Amino acid sequence: MADLRTNFAGIRSPNPFWLASAPPTNSGAQIHRAFEAGWGGAVWKTIGAPVLNVSNRYGTWRYGNEKMLAINNVELISDRPMELNLREIAEVKRAWPDRAVIVSAMVESKPEAWHDVIRRIQDTGADGIELNYGCPHGMSERGMGSAVGQVPEYCKEITSWVMDVAKIPVIVKLTPNISDIVMPARAAVAAGANAISLINTVNSIMGVDLDTLDITPSIAGRGGHGGYAGPAVKPIALNMLAALGRDSVVHSSRLPISGMGGISTWRDAAEFLLLGASSLQVCTAVMHYGFRIIEDLCDGLANWMDTKQFATIPDVVGHSLRQVSDFKDFDLSFKVVARIDQQKCIRCDLCYVACNDAAHQCIDLIDKQGHVTTPATYDPSSNGRVEAVSTRPSVVVREDDCVGCRLCFNICPVENCIQMVEVPPDRPSVTWDQLTAKQPEVAEDWDHMERYRRKMGIRIH
Amino acid sequence: MSENPLVTVAGSALQELLPPLSEQEAVTESARCLMCFDAPCTHACPTHIDIPKFIKKISTGNLLGSARTILESNLLGATCARVCPVQELCEGACVLGSEHKPIAIGRLQRHAMDYVYGRKIDVFHAGKSIGEKVAVVGAGPAGLSCAGELTKLGVSVTLYEKRELPGGLSTYGIIVLREPVEVALAEVAMVQRLGAKLEVGKEVGVDPAVADLQKDFAAVFIGVGLGNSPQLGIPGENYILDGLEYIEQSKLQPAQLHVGRDVIVIGAGNTAIDCATVAHRLGAERVTMLYRRTEKEMTAYPHEYAFVKLEGVTVSFLSKPVKVHHENGVVKGLECIRIALGQPDASGRAAPKEIPGSNMLLPADQIVKAIGQNKLSLASRLDLKTDKGFIRVDSNFETSSPGIFAGGDCVRARGSASTVMAVQDGKLAARAIYQRLVNHG
Repeated sequence: MADLRTNFAGIRSPNPFWLASAPPTNSGAQIHRAFEAGWGGAVWKTIGAPVLNVSNRYGTWRYGNEKMLAINNVELISDRPMELNLREIAEVKRAWPDRAVIVSAMVESKPEAWHDVIRRIQDTGADGIELNYGCPHGMSERGMGSAVGQVPEYCKEITSWVMDVAKIPVIVKLTPNISDIVMPARAAVAAGANAISLINTVNSIMGVDLDTLDITPSIAGRGGHGGYAGPAVKPIALNMLAALGRDSVVHSSRLPISGMGGISTWRDAAEFLLLGASSLQVCTAVMHYGFRIIEDLCDGLANWMDTKQFATIPDVVGHSLRQVSDFKDFDLSFKVVARIDQQKCIRCDLCYVACNDAAHQCIDLIDKQGHVTTPATYDPSSNGRVEAVSTRPSVVVREDDCVGCRLCFNICPVENCIQMVEVPPDRPSVTWDQLTAKQPEVAEDWDHMERYRRKMGIRIH
Repeated sequence: MSENPLVTVAGSALQELLPPLSEQEAVTESARCLMCFDAPCTHACPTHIDIPKFIKKISTGNLLGSARTILESNLLGATCARVCPVQELCEGACVLGSEHKPIAIGRLQRHAMDYVYGRKIDVFHAGKSIGEKVAVVGAGPAGLSCAGELTKLGVSVTLYEKRELPGGLSTYGIIVLREPVEVALAEVAMVQRLGAKLEVGKEVGVDPAVADLQKDFAAVFIGVGLGNSPQLGIPGENYILDGLEYIEQSKLQPAQLHVGRDVIVIGAGNTAIDCATVAHRLGAERVTMLYRRTEKEMTAYPHEYAFVKLEGVTVSFLSKPVKVHHENGVVKGLECIRIALGQPDASGRAAPKEIPGSNMLLPADQIVKAIGQNKLSLASRLDLKTDKGFIRVDSNFETSSPGIFAGGDCVRARGSASTVMAVQDGKLAARAIYQRLVNHG
């Protein structure tokens, strides 16, 4: 059985799954229950400056039958008194010595305020500190949270204040609401932080109520941007995680990265590990289903690791990072075509319409006699199950014209019905970088490009 | 309780079998639809409703648009949502049917129809008058469809109905389990609000005379349906009840319907199934259907047969009635003879042959027959050409007499008679009539 134990910047936990700093980590009682359920660690909901909260603070994005494709919130940092939080942190850590107890903090941007809160956290016996530079609503209006994370200089300066007094590992949590995630990460490295975590929530407005015309959720008729999280943000988080892994400064610093942003299943978790995260934080999935999801997160991850012969978490971490490339380094000669399994095909024709309307018009409808036909060519007097089913044409890819765009594969409702099949390249392997280094004119002039295409037999239809 | 007036009050043994979908059920179910392109459900629907389109509109909360999509192809969408044999039509063709559950298209259609009828929304209005008049004979599904479509096109329509109530089989012949009377009558009212004039208790050919209609109207559409069960020609037949009358009473005067303790239903078509269901639900202790062929040949839809079996009705196959036994005017039983199947006959089904000496007496205190419907005499009175007794029409639904069109069960020489086919006939005939009027006008 795979060993899920994790050592993240010296913070140890029995598995890589930590509850993210959020409503599920609001109190000692909740975290006790989470640890009983099997969570490896918890990042305490951010403590710091005094706040007051509002009602209707969470909004969700429902899509089809999925109730919570994403959640957004305007909840602030912990609204419980700091003394109470600190007392409970100490109690939890005493009760659970083998679990990671990390405390998220956010105070006014003054050295003395930060020094004070760091010292008080350290007094609880907590294993680490996470600096919340990411909260995008409310706190940012008061110069905290993402107001810090969006300015690498602030990020560096405040982290330095923290490092002056920190005796336990310090994790800098980054906001995704920035044009280049690498900049604040480099600032954290420069300030001597022990680790990085990402992503915090994304700026968002969930929608407008079409009955009342209010922003939803409505807070006494008002609404605004809140932090967006959940399954919908996962690809954004993966991209930012990979960007840090590929940055020479961040990479050579060897700072571990705690990944989060839409992790709902062990599959998501494995992907974050493969792209360089060495601990994983979860919030939205717990807000939807409760602490019990930890069982399959661990069980599924361990079973997958066994299948793939990964013995330990460090074996997985960053394994797929080397595959992340820029467009200029992709092999332009690589070719796949779509192939439809006629046995599996249920004849919904979604691939046909997608290819025809939105891609490259290379899927044909073939009638029972083997001829290309057009949609709805049946006689209007024809009806009934038997006629409709027995006369329905097949969908067949014209492979010579297929550019391998993968749209049909993506929208096909039947698993493994459409396969993207690799076909032998009809020209030598070359990347855009290699091509334009030798023949810069093809990037500058369409006539040169056309000549190159003719020479290589590249046909665009 | 639902505020929808189309939902029959709960508590009756014959109340509508399927409850309406809740808003959430409808949205969840509609979100399951794959939105097939050039969808097979639309092909399978005789009226070719754009089913993915109306279902998508339910999922987005555009109920009015959904209802309009349905009604544009099928003006009697509320009836069809309930009575269509969806397993043989749209749902039977659903691509999710092979490995999953097909989309509940009928119930989603009913959801959209309930939305507009429940809120008294008129989706369509009469078209600008083209100054022409058409008479429609028979206010059943074919006639209502034809009348409604013509009024939408600006034609002035008068509907003549022989019976006291309009709606045809939807009112009189579809058991309440499938369609409450109110649903059929609401559709009639909708066609009337479109501008069609309705004259009930008027049997065309008697009063008014057909010649009068031809004089007063630019065209005539006949959608008179069919008549009662044919004669079996056995002794004591006058003690056997007619199946459609049995159903009619269960709908309109359920309190007066006498149901036997031991009921035999002769026939194995969908009407026979309905009769057996009514008898069972209204208190018969034993209900037996009698059929001279086997399960393989029965004309009832497989899902209907499966339903009635679950109700507890038994079918005595390979049995043919030969005599009603009665004492003092009270039915005592039905004498039957066993049948062996021979070579296929003209209908393509195995010809039944009596086995001599195999007579048996089945005890019964009520016998109902549902063995098909007689053709009505109107065709012969009008001297119209027929096919196997059904009125012959061309591809425009015009009869052998120019200007007289026909549709619905009375022209259904081939294929199985159904409400939705009648609606399609009425719709296509209306378009043909309109073209004729415009071109000749």
